[in-house]
Amino acid sequence: MNLTLKVWRQANSESKGKMETYQIADVSPDMSFLEMMDVLNEQLMTQGIDPIAFDHDCREGICGMCSMFINGEAHGPDRLVTTCQLHMRKFKDGDTITIEPFRARAFPVIKDLAVDRSSFDRIQQAGGFISINTSGNTQDANAIPIDKHDADKAFDAATCIGCGACVATCKNASAMLFVSAKVSQYSLLPQGKVEATDRVMNMVKQMDEEGFGNCTNTGACEVECPKGISLENIARMNREYLYASVKG
Amino acid sequence: MTLVASSIGRKVAMALSGIFLVLFLTQHFSINLLSVFSKSMFNQVSHFMGNNPVVQFILQPILIFGVLFHFVMGFVLEIKNSKSRKVKYFTYKGRANASWMSRNMIFSGIVILSFLGLHFYDFWVPEMNYKYVEVLPLDQNRYFDELVHKFVSPTRVIIYVISFIFLSLHLFHGFASSFQTVGVNNKYSVYIKKITTTFSIVVPFGFIFIAIFHHLR
Repeated sequence: MNLTLKVWRQANSESKGKMETYQIADVSPDMSFLEMMDVLNEQLMTQGIDPIAFDHDCREGICGMCSMFINGEAHGPDRLVTTCQLHMRKFKDGDTITIEPFRARAFPVIKDLAVDRSSFDRIQQAGGFISINTSGNTQDANAIPIDKHDADKAFDAATCIGCGACVATCKNASAMLFVSAKVSQYSLLPQGKVEATDRVMNMVKQMDEEGFGNCTNTGACEVECPKGISLENIARMNREYLYASVKG
Repeated sequence: MTLVASSIGRKVAMALSGIFLVLFLTQHFSINLLSVFSKSMFNQVSHFMGNNPVVQFILQPILIFGVLFHFVMGFVLEIKNSKSRKVKYFTYKGRANASWMSRNMIFSGIVILSFLGLHFYDFWVPEMNYKYVEVLPLDQNRYFDELVHKFVSPTRVIIYVISFIFLSLHLFHGFASSFQTVGVNNKYSVYIKKITTTFSIVVPFGFIFIAIFHHLR
């Protein structure tokens, strides 16, 4: 496959970036998108051009590091996959592909396609945990009966890898799908109910302070989420937030 | 952070004012529909709504506040949301993952707001003038003729038709969305979506039918 790539290049967080056009030849349809980027970077380096910076780590869809906005969609045109799981067979020979960083005020560009998603870390630090002692005196997991439906929903919410595709794809750059998944994965389980009130209040407060937009229920985040996190989590977070606000 | 200052609090306020306006729209539509079936009944109900002190001095101010609140909060949220992404995408394929209605609520809202300006000019201003400025005598039989008179102009009817199409698009997303915002997303949500579709078609197109019906009479 021969492709034309329009890639966002930005030297650092302070500089003004722009789209650059590159040609790449002999791309195998079996390559992952990131492998194609690796080949492009080798090509650029042999030409004496600075390689394109992009986030990646596990390359098997579980770490949440890869973060490209490809042809107008977070993680590209495929569904329920991260960029590292996207394969070049999803494109046609001769295609022009635009590649941009995840864009949000709360995700400033570090360089090229790499963005700073530490705002997610700060939201997690604000309440995305349970304060129990797990060192040596851990209770047997089966000692606390948990409804199968709740356990399944909590597990589904916990599959969120925090990649930020929800923010990137939302027209308002809202982080509510991410935050609601983190709220839900704890609040559905007995161990998480103890701190449920503080958790939702603190995490939403931090989310607002980071400068994310507001959810308008377009549902785009749910469609583009590589892990299929449901909007049901946002409704749950809203319920919990209202309850926590009233409870005080 | 207080509830009203938080993102969720503002969204919930927006949703609740939207649900309130849906209830008002249902009541307004029911009364207008009477004009198709019975002139005297429409006059009777309109006279009651126009002169009952509870409606006039309690419900009407609440309604005006609800309308203003919904629009002002809509703009406040839109401005905040637009600031959340300073650098826009070179390519953004919104239609790949969300409906046109959900992505353009501010646009359909502005059309509805413009229409409300015309609607106030057509009905509310003359009504206030009749009752409180000129203080003309009570006339229980004037409402139907005033309504029909407004729909003589084809231009006005066309504006009404276009505006109600945008209201329909606004409701298609807004009605079900408001329930999601207040935390309702469960096995009954499928019925909320069905009610949303039915309401979004029946009420706006019902208003359109009434306008065209009186224009053609």
